[in-house]
Amino acid sequence: MKMKKKTLSNLITYAIVILAFVLCQWLIASGRMTRSLKGQMVPICVYVVMAVSLNLVVGISGELSLGHAGFMSVGAFAGVIASAWMAGAFAMENELLRLLLAMVVGGVVAGVAGVLIGIPVLRLRGDYLAIVTLAFGEIIRNVLNCLYFSLEGSRLHVSFNNPNLPGTILVNGPNGAKDVAKIATFPVGFALILFTLFVVLNLINSRSGRAIMASRDNRIAAEAMGINVTKYKMMAFVTSAVLAGMAGALYGLNFSTITAAKFKFDTSILVLVFVVLGGIGNIRGSIIAAALLTVLPELLRAFNDYRMLIYAIVLILVMLATNNPTIRGLFTRLVPQKHSGTEIVEAKGGAEE
Amino acid sequence: MSESIKRRSATKMVPAPSHGIIPERDLLSTPVLEARHLGIEFGGLKAVEDFNLIIGKTEIAGLIGPNGAGKTTVFNLLTKVYQPTMGTIMVNGRDTAGMNTVQANKLGIARTFQNIRLFDNMTVEDNVRIGLHNQIRYGMFTGILRMPGYWKQERQQHLKALELLSLFDMQDVANVRAGSLPYGAQRRLEIVRALATNPSLLLLDEPAAGMNPHETEELMNNIIKIRDQFQIAILLIEHDMNLVMGICEGICVLNYGKIIAKGTAEEVQNNPVVIEAYLGKKKEG
Repeated sequence: MKMKKKTLSNLITYAIVILAFVLCQWLIASGRMTRSLKGQMVPICVYVVMAVSLNLVVGISGELSLGHAGFMSVGAFAGVIASAWMAGAFAMENELLRLLLAMVVGGVVAGVAGVLIGIPVLRLRGDYLAIVTLAFGEIIRNVLNCLYFSLEGSRLHVSFNNPNLPGTILVNGPNGAKDVAKIATFPVGFALILFTLFVVLNLINSRSGRAIMASRDNRIAAEAMGINVTKYKMMAFVTSAVLAGMAGALYGLNFSTITAAKFKFDTSILVLVFVVLGGIGNIRGSIIAAALLTVLPELLRAFNDYRMLIYAIVLILVMLATNNPTIRGLFTRLVPQKHSGTEIVEAKGGAEE
Repeated sequence: MSESIKRRSATKMVPAPSHGIIPERDLLSTPVLEARHLGIEFGGLKAVEDFNLIIGKTEIAGLIGPNGAGKTTVFNLLTKVYQPTMGTIMVNGRDTAGMNTVQANKLGIARTFQNIRLFDNMTVEDNVRIGLHNQIRYGMFTGILRMPGYWKQERQQHLKALELLSLFDMQDVANVRAGSLPYGAQRRLEIVRALATNPSLLLLDEPAAGMNPHETEELMNNIIKIRDQFQIAILLIEHDMNLVMGICEGICVLNYGKIIAKGTAEEVQNNPVVIEAYLGKKKEG
């Protein structure tokens, strides 16, 4: 009974994503989509993946992470460099293969960063953890600002704070990467969303996922039940970093230039806003919120300057609304199957059986 | 594994009947719990001092004492939430020095909490499944890729969870959110969850708190049933004297962090020191 309900809910999430993809493809094919909106398709996919992966940390494992853009930037630069290297060193012409491999590289490098950052960060709790992840996000950005990469034949050169490298410059410190081969495509972005959903939803509904949620709900009880809380927090943190790195690689390969300045604290907060608006712990909500809020500024170009202002206001309104008993009661009546009222009905139903 | 533990400790263990509450059922077998000279100081304050207790297999022991006597602190020491500053704790003949809560649980100590600590946002069944966590072994990738091991072990875990829940007739509420259960049911769920970790010693912290006399009666029968069915030792903290005197084979009375009396229900009840601790001293003259 319960398994079925969860499976059904997951299938609806997959169905929404697939339908949205088909709809967008149809709009593009029939020429009904504007050029600027078409250009937003890959960023939408990227932000959806970012939101879902951050929700794994914030919603499922219950730790507020404010440095998610850091992992995205690590993935972006790793992906861009990997793509250029594969093209330069192996003359790899197949763009799809190069994109996929670049995403894998981005994911792995961000995952390593996730482990390195997770070790000190996950020793902390609550506000302190949030502050330290914020700091690490900024540290990553500042380190990337000082890194120089160049390609000489098939050899990759790296230096710190020294722009005089032989060969063609790939990443030029604070100026970032220029003339990136734009190989990211919307279908690959869609595939990445499906992959992310597959990983996150399957993880949640498994032994490890339950342990992650138990550690969130009550750390002391989880430890008393023999659950290694740090291990499972780490698992969620690193999985999230890997997915963010893959999204970052896709993002990096979607633009001709990419600089570390694009992955500022604002980006982390933007993704957090998607998660909060979509509902903490609600994967489907994250997808919808990320997609809508990435499209909206594009549709409301005139108001683009006020975007962050509007976000702040919307965020405050949502927080007020979710804590307001009257409004919550209204939602309970509107959507009865989603709220705690049902559980009592369920309990009664169960007892009668 | 357990054989070697038994043999090793059988040669090493010196029978010390004075530390046990009741004469050992079987002096040759290793006690489930053996605490010696256990103590903890919080910045000079001795919360528990020179605590000695031996609990044999399938014993039901009670830990009583006035409020603030250090009963829950003893539980926290036994489960390694606090590291003792003095003394040793042996579980099934193995020293727990340097272990953490997780390792203590794997050695066979499970507990419930005075202020209920369930995983409120998870279902009743998932709460029990957390208890079964370490008995089911498949990794993260098996879970994500949904390999055959996942389906097989999830199925086993599901059946095991329902079987455990049926102990307290709770299998019908398996899909209910744990936080929405009534108070008494939450207490019972905590016991089931602790049992699911397959312990050899179950620590119950005020299991009858907030229950009416009828529910307490039922709980007493259930505790005995659990002991008989799972062959485990139980140590419980309780203020309900009917329960303590009714089912505990040995009772240990704690006051100001020190053991002031040990023995059977009758011995403890008639002990003047215990009466004084609970009711105060009779005025002279």
